[in-house]
Amino acid sequence: MANKITITSENVEFLRKVEELSGEIITLCDQCGTCSAGCPMVGEMDITPSQMVRNVQLGITDVLDTKAMWLCASCFTCTVRCPRGLDLSKIAEALRQIKLRKAVDYIDINKLPEEDLKELPQIALISGFRKFTG
Amino acid sequence: MARIGVYVCHCGGNISEVIDVKEVAAFAGEKSDVVIAKDETHMCSDVGQQLILNDIKEHKLDKVVIAACSPQFQGATFMRTVESAGLSPYVMEMANIREQCSWPHFDFPKDATEKAKDLTDMAIAKARLDESLKKKMMPIGKRVLIVGGGIAGIQAALDLGDAGFKVYLVEKDPSIGGHMTQLSRTFPTEDCAACILSPKMADVPVNPNIELLTYSEVKNIEGFLGNYEVRIEKKPTYVDPAKCTCCDDCVDVCPAKVPNEYEEGLTTRKAIYLPNPIAVPHSYVIDVESCLGQVPLACTKCFDVCEPGAINYDQYAEEINITVDTIIMATGFEIFDATQKAVYGFGKYENVITAMDMERLIVHGAEGSPLRATGNRIAFIQCVGSRDEQVGNENCSRICCMYATKLSQLLKRSDPKRDIYVFYTDLRAYGKGFEEYYKRAQGDGVKFIRGRVAEVIENSKTKKLTLKVEDTLTRNIIESEFDLVVLSVGLRPNGGTDKVANMLRISKSPDGFLQEAHPKFRPVDTLIEGVFLAGTVQGPKDIPDTVAQASAASSRAIRLMNKGEYEAEPITATVDEDICCGCAICVSTCPYDAIKIEVSGDRRVAEVNEMLCKGCGSCAAACPSGASQQNWFKTEQLRAMLSAAL
Repeated sequence: MANKITITSENVEFLRKVEELSGEIITLCDQCGTCSAGCPMVGEMDITPSQMVRNVQLGITDVLDTKAMWLCASCFTCTVRCPRGLDLSKIAEALRQIKLRKAVDYIDINKLPEEDLKELPQIALISGFRKFTG
Repeated sequence: MARIGVYVCHCGGNISEVIDVKEVAAFAGEKSDVVIAKDETHMCSDVGQQLILNDIKEHKLDKVVIAACSPQFQGATFMRTVESAGLSPYVMEMANIREQCSWPHFDFPKDATEKAKDLTDMAIAKARLDESLKKKMMPIGKRVLIVGGGIAGIQAALDLGDAGFKVYLVEKDPSIGGHMTQLSRTFPTEDCAACILSPKMADVPVNPNIELLTYSEVKNIEGFLGNYEVRIEKKPTYVDPAKCTCCDDCVDVCPAKVPNEYEEGLTTRKAIYLPNPIAVPHSYVIDVESCLGQVPLACTKCFDVCEPGAINYDQYAEEINITVDTIIMATGFEIFDATQKAVYGFGKYENVITAMDMERLIVHGAEGSPLRATGNRIAFIQCVGSRDEQVGNENCSRICCMYATKLSQLLKRSDPKRDIYVFYTDLRAYGKGFEEYYKRAQGDGVKFIRGRVAEVIENSKTKKLTLKVEDTLTRNIIESEFDLVVLSVGLRPNGGTDKVANMLRISKSPDGFLQEAHPKFRPVDTLIEGVFLAGTVQGPKDIPDTVAQASAASSRAIRLMNKGEYEAEPITATVDEDICCGCAICVSTCPYDAIKIEVSGDRRVAEVNEMLCKGCGSCAAACPSGASQQNWFKTEQLRAMLSAAL
């Protein structure tokens, strides 16, 4: 069944917020798909990068629950190719920030198995806590 | 004492919804010298203009101030109104309370009203000091220079020649016809391009009013409307067109082989060659760059076999000096250099070609002598070099959607087994018959996929090409192999345009094409009087639009020249000879080279050529003694405006 969505002024709020955080004028995207086809991570993503941008344009906050923004490696392939000059890695980073500012802990240090703690490099743990704890 | 009438326009709400126009009119009515102040819904309408005319008669007004839109927009209209009442058009002043007030300040209506009062007050202050300047009638002849012999230049030349005007058509290549000679068919009717173009080309040399100068370049232009002095260099072709019978004997013996420009380098030509099969003038030329026989005379093979004796190595470049009254720029476009878009591999992968290459392949294929194999799986990539900030071109090239639709259909119909895909971002089928033509392509089985190709990768063994593209409608990533990739390259301004445009000081729009005087109402004029634009020199466009614009440019040129005299603007600089010390600062500031220093005895005085002067005011601003003044913008007028504002 097809999804039904509504488009209200609240949706615009979400778009504004992502635009403010990323510094990109997201409405400029004309959905050509260059970013998606060139993305080295697209095979792992649940939605394509251009789909991520489209969701933001329409203000669909469900985009915050997708994997794509976490998989963006900030390799800038899309950025150097975007015919409208948009920086998608900034948009992905903005989405990650919105998600993380909700102060939800995605990793609990107490629940990490001791073996993992021994084996994982410290830097990975620290950046993991930075990224995934509130 | 002046008798001023002030009119405040509502502009149908554009102004009155923000500005309190009644308040502005009441304010103006109290100013000294103002006899009458009114407001009206549309000052530019017949009713508004009639109001001004009646008041001029009834109240004996000698100055008129109109607070409305920009003088760029309706200034000419109101000048005509005032003129028809018997006044000088230069006693009319406009206060721009729309573009410079109600539009930008829509959210501050109170402050906007105050600003509108100030602007009106300034216009009144200037009007008080307006002089009754008179337009001058200047003689003008009937000679036109057309730069560029593509379809735009040809159409303009034929229109002007038929109307009895003397035309000099200058083309840098050895033949006229331009890019259109290379095309297979034209969209959306699929007329054979050469078949519809060649009769027009053939009409040019037989028209008694057209002097055709091919293989020629404009080297210098000086002067002004009615008196442009043009220096043209005509390169030697080393072949006498009157004697050449096009027998091809010379080509057979010529040892020098170079890529054939006309075939986009897909074939070679000799150093002596016929520019294209429908060339006008229809004669062989020797390309001195690749000819072995020139300096020193090492090879005379063509000379030896030429039976009619048409070849003459002793030709030299010829300098031709002409004087013309108006100029039409029709220097056209060049196609985008696809090597700039490195991700598509043009120039690196042998099976990546441009759409212009495809035009040639189709022409040769239809003649039964294909230049190369095309394979069965063909992909068109749209917007190459257009709508792309990464290559610095944001504009849409307007023709690529339709030529790709055309080429794909021609390929599909000539062999229905072919699998043809067009990868587009937005498909623009805006012209007459275009949408129907697009529908026909869809019906023929050409597959249109919405997505911009990210990259092309060649299999180094099979030479097949893999495209990576998102189908943005299903959100799937397509990675598929094709035999041939065709790049739908966009249009860029012709490299040669700049040289001539700089001689005439024509301005350019941000996309690099030449700028028209007004996008709506003066689309083929430039801001330089007597210089017009035709075709793609002004921006990308298809053949019908180019032809329409060429006819428009010629009719605008006729409008100026036909009466034998024209009205010259009196807004020029003047020099007060008593004050001028001849320091020549104005000479160096003048961007139009309109000022010269006249020496008589030990007196040195600056003199302004009123025909060259465009009234920019640079000299008046730079003059240290105040000797240089600009009509209609005299220092005392500007001072009065400033005092009114402060």
